[in-house]
Amino acid sequence: MSFLNNLITGISLGSVYAIIALGYTMVYGIAKMLNFAHGDIIMVGAYVIFFATGSFGLNPIVGILLAVVVCTVLGVVIEGLAYKPLRQASSLAVLITAIGVSYFLQNAALLLWGADPKVFTSVIPEGSLPIEGVNITYVSLVTVLVCIIIMLALTWFTSKTKLGKAMRACSENKDAARLMGINVNRTISMTFAIGSALAAIASALLFSSYKNLIPTSGSLPGIKAFTAAVFGGIGSIPGAMLGGILLGIIETFAKVINTNISDAVVFAVLIIVLLVKPAGLLGKTIREKV
Amino acid sequence: MKKLSPGRKRLVNNSITYGIVIAAFIVMQVCNAGGLLSPSIQGQLVPICAYVVMAIALNLVVGISGELSLGHAGFMSVGAFSGVVAAMSLQSVIPSDVIRLAIAMVVGAAMAGVAGVIVGVPVLRLRGDYLAIVTLAFGEIIRNIFNVLYVGVDEKGLHFSLQNEAALHLSENGKAILKGPMGFTSNAKLASFTAGFILILIALTVTLNLVHSRSGRAIMALRDNRIAAESVGIGATKYKLMAFVTSAVMAGAAGVLYAMNYSSMAPKKFDFNTSILILVFVVLGGIGNIRGSIIAAAFLTVLPELLRSFDLDQYRMLVYAIVLILVMIATNNPVIRGFFAQVKSRITGADREEQKGGAAQ
Repeated sequence: MSFLNNLITGISLGSVYAIIALGYTMVYGIAKMLNFAHGDIIMVGAYVIFFATGSFGLNPIVGILLAVVVCTVLGVVIEGLAYKPLRQASSLAVLITAIGVSYFLQNAALLLWGADPKVFTSVIPEGSLPIEGVNITYVSLVTVLVCIIIMLALTWFTSKTKLGKAMRACSENKDAARLMGINVNRTISMTFAIGSALAAIASALLFSSYKNLIPTSGSLPGIKAFTAAVFGGIGSIPGAMLGGILLGIIETFAKVINTNISDAVVFAVLIIVLLVKPAGLLGKTIREKV
Repeated sequence: MKKLSPGRKRLVNNSITYGIVIAAFIVMQVCNAGGLLSPSIQGQLVPICAYVVMAIALNLVVGISGELSLGHAGFMSVGAFSGVVAAMSLQSVIPSDVIRLAIAMVVGAAMAGVAGVIVGVPVLRLRGDYLAIVTLAFGEIIRNIFNVLYVGVDEKGLHFSLQNEAALHLSENGKAILKGPMGFTSNAKLASFTAGFILILIALTVTLNLVHSRSGRAIMALRDNRIAAESVGIGATKYKLMAFVTSAVMAGAAGVLYAMNYSSMAPKKFDFNTSILILVFVVLGGIGNIRGSIIAAAFLTVLPELLRSFDLDQYRMLVYAIVLILVMIATNNPVIRGFFAQVKSRITGADREEQKGGAAQ
């Protein structure tokens, strides 16, 4: 039964990675940039929930909604101030700016909230489903359900709504989209807003199972989720989902074998996958034109 | 001002670069002798040299070869830890500090070169962002391996283990050198500012000669247009690997220099953030511009220390982040760019140089 339990833990962890990876992959798809500050937005969201539920005694749901609002505003402001002036710049310049934003958020959090770890109180009731032999905690159950809902909602959003179609058009070809009357800048801002809102939800789920919260706690999950996005094929929404869940399962099983090298195993699998399928599992291979 | 021939111009450019490094060394030595340097700056002298070499090494990959590497701290750590193992295991055999440091550097550089080949062969098959993420992955894997690696030495030679110190089975006189997540402790500090200066000169000579050689031109041709370069018979893998491994070797040597400045160091020092730090030097100094990398590495290593003395201690990293963002936005602003290009052409009087993909200076 321990195999099944590990699998459940893995899927639950992977679902969190998947939600974070969606933020990375959508931003990458439309703005062609690696948003390194995404992991730190998760951290900010977690602090907001921590203070809202802990210090002000608000209902967890209100806390999460507050985090969603704060993160969305933060994401849009960051995009407008730091990334928008660099639309025409080289991708490396944007990357370094994103790293600058990441440093900024981490150090601002350090100044505001200090370096000592905060113990996050789970927003989901502790305990597990009353099933004999299998240990499904409420946290994992909710995490997986939320992940599925987000996945379905995003698929519907990008294929059916006007804004979603605009997003896909912008990621295909920005100039053509502009000629069709799409406001490219607003569409990119919206993408950042959605990605950051997802980051806030991910923060509630992530820190409900991994409780210690410090100003740098967002960066490693961020990097892993980014790996997951690449793993599944960056730019593809189902790819981010698949990559995230696979990554979570691999990491959990690697931890069972040896805790110290679980990250090494995760990254080794990524390398092997990319060598066999250079555009990720569900990514499109684009032929180079001469 | 009369126009210089390309060969002449290159000579002048290279001389300026060497001149800056030598002048900076002499000025720092004089200041140090005159007691003008604060202890915190004094402590930064060797790390500055190590970071300068790292920046030169990374610029060879990012600027000259045009491949984004996010895992160069990995090569630095391979160099650092193998160099320390070499230096500590030879402590009783070779009494001279200088020779031991030199051997440690050669060993560290060679091991990093081997790692460079192992990483480079698969990585260079990929393109763009995928290549970047795989170098990041390799950097993390290397750090993870050092986190579980135990190395010890006794009369019978080196012992390795991936479990714990006891599994090394050392004899009574043996000692453990690398202790997993603790890294190394009780290392004799062999590095000096002079050694760092010599290493910078070597790295500079290697890089500038490589860039201006036939191979260097092939590497830059592949960067500018891979398909066109391949169609005239330039083998992509060979030349990209050449740049990558040369860079890894220099990074390894820089790692040895860096590690030899401290008595103890943990593998987590060489994490993703260190790779990023060096990339920041390269990008702010100007991609492909070796001189810029050197200046940026030295300046940005000192900057947080300078901010320390301004009573801004708790805000210094915040200021650093803001400076980073503002510089990136300002240097990419078309108006400001045009202004600088105008100033430059007025000063030199020469026709404007191509901004993108310029040769190393």
